[in-house]
Amino acid sequence: MDANNALIEQDIEAYLKQHENKELLRFITCGSVDDGKSTLIGRLLFDTKMIFEDQLNSVTQDSKVHGTQGAEIDLALLVDGLQAEREQGITIDVAYRFFATDKRKFIVADTPGHQQYTRNMATGASTANAAVILVDARHGVLEQTRRHSFVTHLLGIRHLIIAVNKMDLVDYDAQRFDEIQQQYWQFAEPLGIEQAQFIPISALTGDNIATESSKMPWYSGSTLLDALEQLPLDELDDAEDFRFAVQWVNRPNAQFRGFSGTISAGRISVGDAITVYPSGQTTHIADIIEPSIPPKSTSIDTATVPMAVTLVTTDEVDISRGDWMVKSADTTPSVSHDVEVDLVWLHDTPAQIGQRYLLKNATRKTHGRLQSIEALIDVNTLAKSSADQLQVNEIAQAHIHFDQAWPFDAYADNRTTGSFILIDPISQATVGAAMVTQVLSDTPTVTPHRQYTPFEQDLNALIRQHFPEWETRAIDDLLK
Amino acid sequence: MSVINTTHLKRLEYESIEILREVVAEFDNPAMLYSIGKDSSVMLHLAQKAFAPGTPPFPLVHVDTTWKFKEMIEFRDQRAKEVGMDLIVHTNPEGLAMNISPFEHGSALHTDMMKTQGLKQMLDHYQFDAVFGGARRDEEKSRAKERVFSFRDKHHRWDPKNQRPELWNIYNAEHHKGESFRIFPLSNWTELDIWQYIYLENIPVPSLYLAQPRLVAEVDGMKVLVDDERFPETLRKNAKTEMVRFRTLGCYPLTGAIESNATTLPEVIQEMLLTKTSERQGRAIDKDASASMEKKKQEGYF
Repeated sequence: MDANNALIEQDIEAYLKQHENKELLRFITCGSVDDGKSTLIGRLLFDTKMIFEDQLNSVTQDSKVHGTQGAEIDLALLVDGLQAEREQGITIDVAYRFFATDKRKFIVADTPGHQQYTRNMATGASTANAAVILVDARHGVLEQTRRHSFVTHLLGIRHLIIAVNKMDLVDYDAQRFDEIQQQYWQFAEPLGIEQAQFIPISALTGDNIATESSKMPWYSGSTLLDALEQLPLDELDDAEDFRFAVQWVNRPNAQFRGFSGTISAGRISVGDAITVYPSGQTTHIADIIEPSIPPKSTSIDTATVPMAVTLVTTDEVDISRGDWMVKSADTTPSVSHDVEVDLVWLHDTPAQIGQRYLLKNATRKTHGRLQSIEALIDVNTLAKSSADQLQVNEIAQAHIHFDQAWPFDAYADNRTTGSFILIDPISQATVGAAMVTQVLSDTPTVTPHRQYTPFEQDLNALIRQHFPEWETRAIDDLLK
Repeated sequence: MSVINTTHLKRLEYESIEILREVVAEFDNPAMLYSIGKDSSVMLHLAQKAFAPGTPPFPLVHVDTTWKFKEMIEFRDQRAKEVGMDLIVHTNPEGLAMNISPFEHGSALHTDMMKTQGLKQMLDHYQFDAVFGGARRDEEKSRAKERVFSFRDKHHRWDPKNQRPELWNIYNAEHHKGESFRIFPLSNWTELDIWQYIYLENIPVPSLYLAQPRLVAEVDGMKVLVDDERFPETLRKNAKTEMVRFRTLGCYPLTGAIESNATTLPEVIQEMLLTKTSERQGRAIDKDASASMEKKKQEGYF
């Protein structure tokens, strides 16, 4: 903020104008207890001037009681929030931290690296577009580095920064840094990880965090903060096919009926033909309403991901919460009772084959069961084995059966419509998180098609021939 | 596809609106805890946007300790009328009968009786199954780990070690009768985001946030506004008029004013950016132990 203080002092309105248009990047940090993760986040907050004097004073006080840095301020204490975990000296859950530069606001999911806390990492990764994975320069790539990379990759994060920390303890050695890169790629490539950015840092001393390190002239890349400012943001937004899960039917009076929700992918314009899933009904978009303060109503022509809007249709079709609105011209989702998923187990009660769960995907809930566990994946070695139950923090490829046929996308295509959570129907705890890898073909008897008479088939052909602007679908297509 | 470059404030707005709508869809009897401050003002504004062209389909509720700034109460009634939402006000009758005063009984007892107990009474009486609150994760350490949909048992207790994992934007709202949720739509906003949004969207806030000459007296190192005749005579003796404003709004005897010349919103933001102390410092409740908020929350404090 220092460089800006002049502008803040001289012309606050100009400063505000400049800062209205910041971007937002969410990332997660992964590291083990001793990798210096909390110190790194404390350092980022400190270096971007997010720490106020009273907070610093309180941390200085606490450093004397709980700190691990002797007389120095323990920056880790800035982020280790809860009393219980302070006493244990570790972070025990997912915490969210915030800092900003001139260009971006950052939301950091601070997640622990303990083996038993894979679930927390999955939680933090689920909303992040990037991951910073910490490696201790002294120990190099460890089993946990593999685990962190695997879990973040599984959760769909495509931007990885490998922060090689504690360079001060290996004499800022370039060769050590190169070795670690080589070690990393040996296991990362088979995982399908295509790119990762390596940065040698010291969170404790601040080297290559906000400012370039004078001790590592051999390194010509970005500092960590620069790298975070430059990562592409559009990763979450680049799915082309329009997807909108109806969240709430807005019917304040007899004159208005709209469908509120958040666009999870693609774009929609007034006049577009849409198909409702799972019913298959079709209609058109009559109006798109941006959130606004009444009596002002903001009708817009086009809306895109990630907007929260209200859509009005041209016809009175039956649409309710949980249904999807899909642009008819886009690739359509697959409708099925059965999906293959990557399943992360989050609860102490193990997952049992045949067990029934409440499943929540986007805005819809239905019951279903864990049909089978195809393979248990060892998060450390990535070796697959068979299993008939799944313990907390374990990850498996599994088959889940839904009581009702449901539209799905693959998680790789859409993180919202391709994911769901499993809820224990008795305890109501969130017990699992699933990412769709494949929609299994449904048994044909489940979705009986309407039989069309020869007359109806002729009528359809006639309409399609003479009124192409109606965009009527062919009966043959409907039966596919 | 070319993606519209959505600004951070727009993204935060959309996320909050999604949360507000999800609650209305998932719960039978939601309510919004309206505390009249800047965060509540933003939350109310977002609710108006989320349910347009209709009015937000839940009431505003306020736990009135009877010690709020006078202006806050006027502002509250005015806003509820403008927005067209029902306003439910509750004061702990036992506390009222005992004449609880922060000046006499201290902040801990006052906060427990008038805020925490008052809130629980209200929730029990109206059987709300979800209550929106304007808390942000950047405010205070124990908040940083709290979920957006934060589960409370029958006794309104928060169990920080046993929170439901919250993945993607899928919120688990399942609960048994008597259990409830506190919902925090502003979880990911920072203090600067809030002010910037208020400025951009022209959201009304109480003028207590802006500096003007006010009669204040020193109480335990805080500048306390002489807001009514209940201000003890002995403390009032050395009261003097100073140019001050408030960074947070609560019970007037427990809310310290800061010296300031910021008379406009941009000036307030300017001062905030240049200042070196965090906003909760003006609040007496946080001072005892750094984990005091965590303890309070486990007892049922919002």
